[in-house]
Amino acid sequence: MQSGSETALLIGLALPFAGAAVAPWLMRRMGDRGAWLLALIPLFAFTVFVSLVSTVASGTSVRGEVSWIPSLGVTLAWYLDGLSTAFALLISGIGTLIVLYSGGYLHGHPQHGRFMSYLLLFMGAMQGLVVADNFMMLFVFWELTSIASFLLIGFDHEREASRRAALQALVVTGLGGLALLAGLVVIGMATTTDTLSGLLAQPEGLRGSELYLPALLLILLAAFTKSAQLPFHFWLPNAMQAPTPVSAYLHSATMVKAGVYLLMRLNPAMGETAIWETVLPLFGGATLLVGSVLALRQTDLKLMLAYTTVGSLGLLVMLTGFGSDLAVSAAVLYLIAHALFKGALFMVVGILDHETGSRDTRDLGGLRKAMPITFAAAIGAALSMAGIPLFTGFLAKEAIYEALTHDSGGWPLLILLVAILGNATMVAIGFAVGLRPFIGRQRETPKHPHEGPALLWLGPVVLAITGLLAALLYGLFYRTIADPMTTAVAGSAFANAISPLPHVSLAFGLSLVTLAVGLVLYAAQARLRGGLASVFGAGNWGPDRGFDHVVAGLVRLSAAVLRIVQNGRLDVYITIAFITTAVVLLVPMVIYSELPSMPPFPALQLHEWTLVVVALVGLYSVVRTRNRLTAIVSLGIQGFAVAVLFVLMGAPDLSFTQFMVETLSVIVLALTMTRLHLSPTDHRPWNERLFDGSIAIACGVAFTLLLLRVTQNPFDASLSEFFNANARIIAHGRNVVNVIIVDFRALDTLGEIAVVAVTGLVILALLRIATPGRIRGRS
Amino acid sequence: MEAVMSLLVGCFFAAGVYLMLSKAIIRILIGIVLFGNAVNLLIFTAGRITREAPPVIAPDMDRLTGIAANPLPQALILTAIVISFSFFAFLLVLALRTYQELGSDNTVQMRVAEPEGDTLPPLGY
Repeated sequence: MQSGSETALLIGLALPFAGAAVAPWLMRRMGDRGAWLLALIPLFAFTVFVSLVSTVASGTSVRGEVSWIPSLGVTLAWYLDGLSTAFALLISGIGTLIVLYSGGYLHGHPQHGRFMSYLLLFMGAMQGLVVADNFMMLFVFWELTSIASFLLIGFDHEREASRRAALQALVVTGLGGLALLAGLVVIGMATTTDTLSGLLAQPEGLRGSELYLPALLLILLAAFTKSAQLPFHFWLPNAMQAPTPVSAYLHSATMVKAGVYLLMRLNPAMGETAIWETVLPLFGGATLLVGSVLALRQTDLKLMLAYTTVGSLGLLVMLTGFGSDLAVSAAVLYLIAHALFKGALFMVVGILDHETGSRDTRDLGGLRKAMPITFAAAIGAALSMAGIPLFTGFLAKEAIYEALTHDSGGWPLLILLVAILGNATMVAIGFAVGLRPFIGRQRETPKHPHEGPALLWLGPVVLAITGLLAALLYGLFYRTIADPMTTAVAGSAFANAISPLPHVSLAFGLSLVTLAVGLVLYAAQARLRGGLASVFGAGNWGPDRGFDHVVAGLVRLSAAVLRIVQNGRLDVYITIAFITTAVVLLVPMVIYSELPSMPPFPALQLHEWTLVVVALVGLYSVVRTRNRLTAIVSLGIQGFAVAVLFVLMGAPDLSFTQFMVETLSVIVLALTMTRLHLSPTDHRPWNERLFDGSIAIACGVAFTLLLLRVTQNPFDASLSEFFNANARIIAHGRNVVNVIIVDFRALDTLGEIAVVAVTGLVILALLRIATPGRIRGRS
Repeated sequence: MEAVMSLLVGCFFAAGVYLMLSKAIIRILIGIVLFGNAVNLLIFTAGRITREAPPVIAPDMDRLTGIAANPLPQALILTAIVISFSFFAFLLVLALRTYQELGSDNTVQMRVAEPEGDTLPPLGY
């Protein structure tokens, strides 16, 4: 690859992040027109990816890297083959339209700039995710899309429902992110590669490894949470709390397909095993069924689309895991068709909501005259979703049926039935969203309906036309997009052959059956809704409720843990601290046999023995005293004994200070104690005394042993020798201790003085701020 | 000498810890004073003990020669003594004011900031 296009690609990948940084400022300065400027960012990326299409279609993958964290061997490496390029085109192309659409949709919103910023952040992350080659880069961008999704779902953060949905999406997809990290690490261990291209170059390495199963389970958890597969499907409909541009972009066209992308990406390395071809269709099929049934239940157009998105993701997972190249090609065609029609339909619902004030199917009707352009876009998208000939949806549906009827047997037949049912629901919902609001009698809506501005209808119109053109120019579409993508996923060269014109075949017959069933469902939706509502009750169960229980349980658990470890009782804290002290000091000494040797009997002179005994007597009477005067006096005794000990051991400065401090302490204590009217008597019962005494003795023994051991080691006096040698020469003082205090460590002494001063001020403040009238003497 | 001092330090620690484990504020305070002395003696002893020879340079010398006490631990302890005294004075006044406000010197009964039987934190989002 020439360096020119490499630079362009890097700019295309980095620009969204730069755009996210300036978007708030830009939108404030320019208002809605800022959207036109910001749309240039994804447009630029789109053109960069388009320029790579011919290279990729010829079978050459585009690779390159920039050093990122060289010390960890992490590089910013990209790898564009058919799969990455198709995804990148969808992300940047639909991204361009969504940025424009957001410009109109959030017109006048005070946080418009912030919204644009989050949107571009997501776009950058998603682009990074699909072009990433390095495992670490894949993981980082994967998590970044979850974070951007959290910010966007919770954009309307003043509503509790938004906050809940945002947190739920983050928890579920974040769980998957952790699984992805672990999965990638396991893959790295099994194949000693840390890039996707390296993994794809040795496809048998992973399947043959004994780590295949754990890697697979982790990757599946990541993909299933991100792509809302059963039983993690619940976060996606809740994510509809986000503004509609977000639903159209993240939660139908791009982010939720990241899981499918991961499965497709790893299909050559992990697919074609029995477990892969069982688990994927099983979960995908179940998700398709559940999504379809729940979609029919809804009255909110956005929720109908959300549940069919869940169903569509199930269909994609099912096809990816079916295990034939035909099924893979069907998944590829359906993925592209779905991104186009679902993005368009979401935007249509957004326009309806924006211009009529309602998105409830029961409130809307006869809008074709008021909103002709929107109607045209809606019907174009709905026809594609229903799989009518001449549209990409038809290509996808034909491919699905061709793939599923290719093999005979019970399992493919079951999957075929599930697919027919799911597709029939797509027909019904497609028309329920794209047709029903526009036909029939016009109804009273909260706002007087009128066509939205160009910023709003541009997106759905372009997507609907693209959905038509891609099918009409199917040769070009297959050659440039679908075939290279299928080849990348299947791992071997593949060429599509389906034409968008109706033709006599088994697949077309099944298409007709699907259409007929779908139209029946469409006609009977109101009645079905009643029936389903009675079956499902109030919907007060299932994983969505379960999430609430888990969160509430976590709060309760942490509160319970907190009550134990942070119980507000000083005696418990102190007890724990000193038990820990004793254990930390004693256990290593015993384990590593570092106990001191028995010292010889010390040769002390009489006056030294006397002082030690005096200090001990002082200590004993402090501990045992039943009288506060004795306590004060004996506290003084031990203090003065220490002071005299200092004198005997060559530390007169310490001794003077200790004398003064002890005197002051005794005076202050005596003054306070008389005011306190406290009894210093120990009220502890005997068992508490025993317990506390044991801890105290353990601490005492620990410190004695520690000090004995320390003093039995050789002594390094180099620091003291430095002071001894330099006190006079450098600092011109003869008392080495004083020189250290006021010269070598003068800043420390300044700090010490500051502490004393602040303490004095605090004491003064405490004594002055007496609050008369507060409860006194409460027992 | 170090052996006796080590034992004495252990006794200081034991007495200080025992008092600090009490629930009566005033005993905890006295325990803190003993604990401070224990730490000072610990540092002093760890710097090795030399009897009766303060680290002062003779008037006609440029540097300290001959046997003298280690000046470094002394400098550290000097700071520590002063700091622990201000700490003690502060705690004492705090205890006095607490007693005046709450009418108790028992730490178990001092639960203004963390009342017993706390209700659950909010369970919403």
